[in-house]
Amino acid sequence: MNDIILDVRNLVTEIRQRRGWLRVVDDMSFNVRRGEIVGLVGESGCGKSMTAFSLMQLFPTPAARVASGEIIFDNRDLLKLDARALRAVRGAQIAMIFQDPATFLDPLMTLGNQIAEPLRAHNFAGDVQARTRELAAQTGLPDPDLIAQRYPHQVSGGQKQRALIASAMACAPKLLIADEPTTALDVTVQAQILDLMRDLRDQTGAAILLITHDLGVIAEMCDRVYVMYAGKIVEAHTTRDLFHAPRHPYTQGLLRSTVSLESATTDLFAIPGTVPNLNDLPRGCRFAPRCPIVSAQCANEPPFVAQDERAVACWNVERARAEEIWRLEIRD
Amino acid sequence: MLEGTQLTRDFRVRLGLFRGSANLRAVDRVSITINPGETVALVGESGSGKSTLGRMLLGLIPQTSGALSYRGTDFAQLRGDAARQFRADVQAVFQDTSASLNPRRRVGESVIAPLLFNRRLSAQHARVESAQLLERVGLDPKIFASRFPHQLSGGQRQRVGLARALASQPRVIVADEPVSALDVSVRAQILKLMQELQAQEKLAYLFITHDLGVARLIANRVMVMYLGVVVEEGNAAEVFARPSHPYTIALTLSAPVPDPTRARSARHLLGDIPSPLAPPPGCRFHPRCAFAQAICKTDAPPVREFENAHRSACHFAEQVRGNKSE
Repeated sequence: MNDIILDVRNLVTEIRQRRGWLRVVDDMSFNVRRGEIVGLVGESGCGKSMTAFSLMQLFPTPAARVASGEIIFDNRDLLKLDARALRAVRGAQIAMIFQDPATFLDPLMTLGNQIAEPLRAHNFAGDVQARTRELAAQTGLPDPDLIAQRYPHQVSGGQKQRALIASAMACAPKLLIADEPTTALDVTVQAQILDLMRDLRDQTGAAILLITHDLGVIAEMCDRVYVMYAGKIVEAHTTRDLFHAPRHPYTQGLLRSTVSLESATTDLFAIPGTVPNLNDLPRGCRFAPRCPIVSAQCANEPPFVAQDERAVACWNVERARAEEIWRLEIRD
Repeated sequence: MLEGTQLTRDFRVRLGLFRGSANLRAVDRVSITINPGETVALVGESGSGKSTLGRMLLGLIPQTSGALSYRGTDFAQLRGDAARQFRADVQAVFQDTSASLNPRRRVGESVIAPLLFNRRLSAQHARVESAQLLERVGLDPKIFASRFPHQLSGGQRQRVGLARALASQPRVIVADEPVSALDVSVRAQILKLMQELQAQEKLAYLFITHDLGVARLIANRVMVMYLGVVVEEGNAAEVFARPSHPYTIALTLSAPVPDPTRARSARHLLGDIPSPLAPPPGCRFHPRCAFAQAICKTDAPPVREFENAHRSACHFAEQVRGNKSE
């Protein structure tokens, strides 16, 4: 049996613009093993959410498409499935949860019915009510029978997210895609939801693709990480190595600019400049205009990326590793 | 310089068509002082009343009871020029940069408006000075002055928000979650800019945030709020080194740390923040508190004071203090 549950190869996703198609995900390759928690980290507009929507082939805007690539899930290419076969996968074998649970819950439907909905949609053979109660208890919803009768507006944000997770886990998916699942929650509730997701992984063996901009969340949750910048993966590594020996200049800068209670220094660090406009990308490396160790090659040629779990997309990676490259700050 | 004593603010909340309304006490007898040039961080989760307190200090909403004064004068006595001076001196920066700038106004005009009204500059002077202000916040006026807010990124819009606040030559800026909506790398840029501006202008900040890391980095003093009351306050370094209220301890343990080798803290707070419509009796934190005893359910805790005006509103503050690891 194959250990890898999701293998994405050379994924390209585009959105329609007034003139032509714009690449928002460009040649992404990554994988997730069974039972693994893999992080996809990046700043807004880097394409991390579009990657998630590509996996489900459900786009928030109709004018988006997967242009090329392969999405091998459980040894089948999802891009080659017809609509009917794809529907059998979505919500059953791959489930997804989102940042704002309120938007993804139906305000006119009780939480119990929403948790049970995927069971009904996928013709669950057992006792739907018993399974719903079990899911509510498993996700830590207090008083499962009572809460099943409630409508979304009657419960707190944390409970809404628990209900959404219960619904996602209903058909025991092999992969859960979590797009910023705790960003809208308070820190004390965020800690509870992260614990819950980790427990569910341990109990059910579901793999989790965790999409977030928060490196703290990545450090707490993930086995491996992919870092995205302007539509591309710039670095991949185990979480431990990524945090202790980041190689790509962007990853190094991102880690240094992260503010936390435990940061050793009280110095603020900021990467100068801004993320490039996808309509007007640099010819070579997309990070080159902000990079402290940019060389002539960087400006002209996109860096070579090996298709591997420890890839780093930088021409000067030896230098980036050897020197403290962000010592000198460049004015923007 | 800016001072609030025993501030309380109630809101009437409609419960539903036939259920009448209820009283929601968003802020309950909070006293706060902001001294010239210092940064006070107001920390708490949603519903703690921190934004309501900020709005009262800005004079945007009146207090239900309690007293507010600016440079020794009661808010109610501020009339005419003094009132105008107050509105110029105390400026605001908000979280949602797309809602706090007029979408139909070019950003240059947004920065010019306070120059005309608060500073009474001539149109020509105002134009020159607005360009200088944009430059100071890191935006090239030749490019940005004629743009509309929707053409800017979130970080650029927050820079405009700062330029507009600076235009009135303020002494205090109330910044309500100014970096919460921004990306990590942009957040650091804005915080850095705010620090530079503070040093140049001798500004005081009331920095409202839910992010303890940001508070630790930027604040001289910290106030931690929970359900409308201040549970702990003190010198920032001391509060974070020796948190003395169980809620502050829980907050510091809940915040994710970007270091995968650090063991996750096992003790997380249970449950959610209770509804401010019906705050728990006694200590408001007791239903979620790991240290709660019988007395916490009945009696509101007195304020314990430690050295350097480090205060904690907890019955067991002495025992809790420095007990962070347990």
